[in-house]
Amino acid sequence: MTPHMLTRSLDRGATIFLLVVAALGVLIPLSNLLLPQGSFLQVPTYLVALWGKYVCYAILALAIDLIWGYCGILSLGHGAFFALGGYAMGMYLMRQIGTRGVYGNPVLPDFMVFLNYSKLPWYWHGFDMFWFAALMVLFVPGLLAFCFGWLAFRSRVTGVYLSIITQAMTYALLLAFFRNDFGFGGNNGLTDFKDILGFNVQAEGTRAALFALSCLALILSFLICRSVVSSKLGKVLIAIRDAESRSRFLGYRVESYKLFVFTLSACMAGVAGALYVPQVGIINPSEFAPGNSIEAVIWVAVGGRGTLVGAALGAVVVNYAKTFFTSGVLAPYWLFMLGALFILVTLLLPKGIVGTFNAWRDQSKEKRNTVSAAAEDGVAAAKMAE
Amino acid sequence: MPTRLSARLCSFVLSLFLIAFALPALAGPFEDAVAKFANDDYSDTEEAIGVVASSGNKLAFPIISALQDGRLMADPDSKKVYITGADGKSVDAATGEAVASVPDSASAVRLNNRLRRSVDAALGSLTLQSPDVTTRLQAAQSVFKSHEETALEAVDAALAKESNRSVKAALGEARAAILLFKSDATEVEKLEAVATLKARGDQEAMALLTGMGDQPATVTKAAASAISSIQSSLAVWSTVQNAWYGLSLGSVLLLAAIGLAITFGVMGVINMAHGEMVMLGAYTTFVVQEVIRTRYPALFDYSLLIAVPLAFLVAGAIGVLIERSIIRFLYGRPLETLLATWGLSLVLQQAVRTMFGPTNREVGNPSWMSGAFELGQITITYNRLWILVFTLAVFAILLAMLRYSAIGLEMRAVTQNRRMAASMGIATSRVDALTFGLGSGIAGIAGVALSQIDNVSPNLGQSYIIDSFMVVVFGGVGNLWGTLVGAFTLGIANKFLEPVAGAVLGKIAILVLIILFIQKRPRGLFALKGRAVEA
Repeated sequence: MTPHMLTRSLDRGATIFLLVVAALGVLIPLSNLLLPQGSFLQVPTYLVALWGKYVCYAILALAIDLIWGYCGILSLGHGAFFALGGYAMGMYLMRQIGTRGVYGNPVLPDFMVFLNYSKLPWYWHGFDMFWFAALMVLFVPGLLAFCFGWLAFRSRVTGVYLSIITQAMTYALLLAFFRNDFGFGGNNGLTDFKDILGFNVQAEGTRAALFALSCLALILSFLICRSVVSSKLGKVLIAIRDAESRSRFLGYRVESYKLFVFTLSACMAGVAGALYVPQVGIINPSEFAPGNSIEAVIWVAVGGRGTLVGAALGAVVVNYAKTFFTSGVLAPYWLFMLGALFILVTLLLPKGIVGTFNAWRDQSKEKRNTVSAAAEDGVAAAKMAE
Repeated sequence: MPTRLSARLCSFVLSLFLIAFALPALAGPFEDAVAKFANDDYSDTEEAIGVVASSGNKLAFPIISALQDGRLMADPDSKKVYITGADGKSVDAATGEAVASVPDSASAVRLNNRLRRSVDAALGSLTLQSPDVTTRLQAAQSVFKSHEETALEAVDAALAKESNRSVKAALGEARAAILLFKSDATEVEKLEAVATLKARGDQEAMALLTGMGDQPATVTKAAASAISSIQSSLAVWSTVQNAWYGLSLGSVLLLAAIGLAITFGVMGVINMAHGEMVMLGAYTTFVVQEVIRTRYPALFDYSLLIAVPLAFLVAGAIGVLIERSIIRFLYGRPLETLLATWGLSLVLQQAVRTMFGPTNREVGNPSWMSGAFELGQITITYNRLWILVFTLAVFAILLAMLRYSAIGLEMRAVTQNRRMAASMGIATSRVDALTFGLGSGIAGIAGVALSQIDNVSPNLGQSYIIDSFMVVVFGGVGNLWGTLVGAFTLGIANKFLEPVAGAVLGKIAILVLIILFIQKRPRGLFALKGRAVEA
């Protein structure tokens, strides 16, 4: 069992994962657009949007896995970065509505007219331009994560303490975004979007394109995460995860590494949120709820922390199960199942699906190796005896 | 006995006869006056108001108030007057007997502005001398608010007869308010009035003093000094009020956090299902009250006393069960424990939702916990006061238990150095289970108290969990005094920020402050020192 073999086997998994995502990203939109409606192979538009949502969750899960699986930072507030990215995109989409709103105000979104705003708040300026909004999608979550992480890591807030204050952070944002005078639509959030870059958000073509883009973003995020964790930097991250004090004594600036990876992860979460909003059609403060962030962590745990592929897989599996169960007669039992999932995965499957699978495969491989080695030994011994 | 009883019965029947037949025949001045309402003449009506108001008849108040509301119906043909109630039932105004229906020819007695004033004055004087103390007090307070000159006579009359101290004071204040606005009152009277209002010293007195209009120079000056003195005393009282609210909130936080502090401090376990233990305690109270309501209603006042030990047992037993079945396997993996207990909280919430329904459940206050009393300018409700007392009692008992009992000693030993404690022969896993049970049990007790001031719903625990974590993290782990100081500091800080920043912004500010505070002292206010920290 050598490290070389490990990376190679992971690489194989990664390749399969990337091929599958790429294939889905191409085939689902094509089938949706080109095949006649009602055809057996045609993917209906609502499914495209639904799977687009899963892909966005998968990006969020990757972001969480990057910090939790490889650096041991359990953030219970990653939903906040996701929601902030979503709000940045939502603000752009709100500005695009223009005079088509209920009140027909060319500058102010409907809720501002309703709440008697006389002019646009300063932080809404610039969001009529896509490039600015896109920049903010990365910048706002990144800045918050940078400031938060700088404060937290520098004073060596670790473990459960960090988890609790990240939860407090998203809770504070939840309370803030619920306020009407905060300028983000209060309770109702931002919704009723019309178009994005000139294309109608409701149109099939736009939805298919957004799905393809989400898959592309997932692939890119995955590649970024892979290159981070397989680089020298990634080795230091793993060292920090396994023995933080020891890494510090060896001369690594632990807080800088943590800060870098935390900020990167927040930016990725922001991108996921930004792709999520046009596909779902609404962003409201409930996205900041601490429960959402914790649920995102369980996706990673189910799939397997520290495997990247597993995180994305976990997000899709858990959310697919959620959609499946909450839409049927089993709806009242969904929370029982989700709760049981939390408990059983941590108790019985601590490595998650992918981690357990990898361990099982490695073990069987090792057994085969030892068997063949023993056979060789046997042959050698027999030769010696001769 | 039988003869006496029959004699009584006889006299009773006789008196019934007398009432039924004699009264209409003996038409006194009151009945004459009532009949005048039917004349539809403003001066007659005014005369009638005066006579009725001063008659001392128990129907006087219903008649005048009905007149004010336009519910006094008069029939010009039969000269009969009726009081129609809001519920549609009517009585004869002269006799007080119920009537089946008011004749169609009857119409409401009309009023003009002059009459309305005399109605108000009559009502004021009627209630000012009502036999009921609270009615008199309310009447005096309403005169204080309206400070109509016409009520002065009635106030003076009532003041002469009044014997109750608080009503007398209220009447004096009402008199002062009237005099202050009376244009022909003497300067001495007005100065006295200002002094009385200054002594009252609340927001309303200040409003009267600021809005009194043109006055002689000496009065204006006295009023200005009175206003500034009231302002400063009000500022002091509002500080006291905020401090009280803060203590009250702090006690709630402490109660919710104290169990968490034990499990987190002793075992390093983050129990996200802690809020659900609180919820289970609240639902235990609900069940206890339901049983008492249906079987033994007389015991209702003791329902909380019964609920406290039961809630402790229910939540504690579930706590031990959780520790034995889940948490035991996750020691040394705090982040996984966090996730597993979060899942557990989802299960418990949903279980309660399935059993009791998703809506709020009614939990009543026993009589000794409802109501309030005034302390200077602030109102203190009994339930908040009891919760504060209860919290401190729980805290003291817990502290004593940790300090003096054998299991307390073992718990402290395990907190300080688990391996050493194990080497000394302490069964650490048994201590863990008991500690978790104790923490959960206290959460259950907290649920009993919180059921008195909060909605009992499956989400009850959720609203406290983040706050409790903040308290524990702020106060420092493994130190109950830290939890105490943390809870009261956060409670008081929250309540002092609220009037300045608003409830939600205040809460956000507190969260941000805690996040910043953690940077300064990553292990809380009262951190454990030594080797135990890194273990």
